[in-house]
Amino acid sequence: MARFVRWFIFLALVGLAAFYFITRPQTVDAARFDALSGDADRGALVFHAAGCASCHAAPKAEASDMPLLTGGQAFPSDFGTFYAPNISPDPEVGIGGWDVADLANALTKGVSPEGQHYYPAFPYLAYSKMTDQDIVDLKAFMDDLPVSDTASRAHEVGFPFNIRRSLGGWKFLFFNDDWVMDAADTPQLERGRYLVEALAHCGECHTPRGPLGDLQYDAWLTGAELPGEGKIPGISPGTLSWSENDIAFYLESGFTPDFDSVGGAMAHVVENMARLSAEDRAAIAAYLKALPET
Amino acid sequence: MKRTALALTAAAMALTATLTYADGHAAHNSAIKARQGQMNLYNHNLGVLGGMAKGDIEYDAAVAQIAADNIVAAASINGMNMWPEGSDNGSVEGTRAKPELWQNFPDVIAKATAATEAANAMAAAASTDLDALRGAMGPLGAACTACHREYRSR
Repeated sequence: MARFVRWFIFLALVGLAAFYFITRPQTVDAARFDALSGDADRGALVFHAAGCASCHAAPKAEASDMPLLTGGQAFPSDFGTFYAPNISPDPEVGIGGWDVADLANALTKGVSPEGQHYYPAFPYLAYSKMTDQDIVDLKAFMDDLPVSDTASRAHEVGFPFNIRRSLGGWKFLFFNDDWVMDAADTPQLERGRYLVEALAHCGECHTPRGPLGDLQYDAWLTGAELPGEGKIPGISPGTLSWSENDIAFYLESGFTPDFDSVGGAMAHVVENMARLSAEDRAAIAAYLKALPET
Repeated sequence: MKRTALALTAAAMALTATLTYADGHAAHNSAIKARQGQMNLYNHNLGVLGGMAKGDIEYDAAVAQIAADNIVAAASINGMNMWPEGSDNGSVEGTRAKPELWQNFPDVIAKATAATEAANAMAAAASTDLDALRGAMGPLGAACTACHREYRSR
């Protein structure tokens, strides 16, 4: 009996150690940003391509070149309701006190400066593919944005999802930084892949998820159901018949090939995409049409 | 006797309520059709301008001008009698207009005014050349989107 208890305690400790090892928040090596300097103008394009303001501006805020990132928009999910935090450069309630490594940890590791896991409502799985230069440029742009002193609202997430440490397990299972399109053969396709898979994080809404909120990469961009938004259409070649030209024009003007105009959450996306270059919109369209027909 | 009177009154009230409801419903249907007709006018003419902007239709200044002028004309229709209270997608079928539209009327008017300005800018640009038409397309789309983003379900 005593022997059994000893074994039990031993295994429990091993399990606990494994849990702590697997779920530990991981961070970037800050030194890799030392030689880089940020360009705010380039950062503006990264910012708009990444759609930061669509979630982090106050609810119903108008699109802006220099948005106030107060936070407060609600994102209902199967796990609870998430509220986008204040990411304006306020040093107290925003992210004004962050250095570039803090921002890189948030974007590419989903880890806060305090070493806590973020919920994947924040699309760090996509942002994990961001280049170092884009992160540094983004930081330069975001530092210049107007300051909001509105405190962030706490998420409303029930047990067991309110235990942030458990997100380490979620990351262990689902954090995958491979490209979905493994061969992007032309510079245009490579750019489109970077925009779609990394910055614009299209897959977060347009790809179905499993029971734990994990993206179903074998059904990449084939459409999904989203709480609060309803049915999200597919944008893969098998699910969307629009031409490349149609897609690029839609991302610029918001007009579908039938000349209906975009509405709902996608309207925010079009507001962002309209700020990119025509080449970038064409690259997105080229990438979408180059996906396998499934 | 008293009981019969009561029953008749109740029946009459129920009938009145039903008639009022049906009547209100029919009026809403007509208003919804009217405003959707206005949207269809935009749609048809945007198809011409957008087709040229995209390169699907060959640019023709005169044809573009007709389309742009039609959009301005459609935007000049006074919409005040086409958006009755209770004709939102939470109350009736056949519309995507969200109840929020009726809760934010000043904002709706502001957005409609901005859309009219964008339509005027298109009318000024459409017959200049294709680049001018293309340049006016983005703001016009953004003006449509601004309202649809807040007040129309996808």
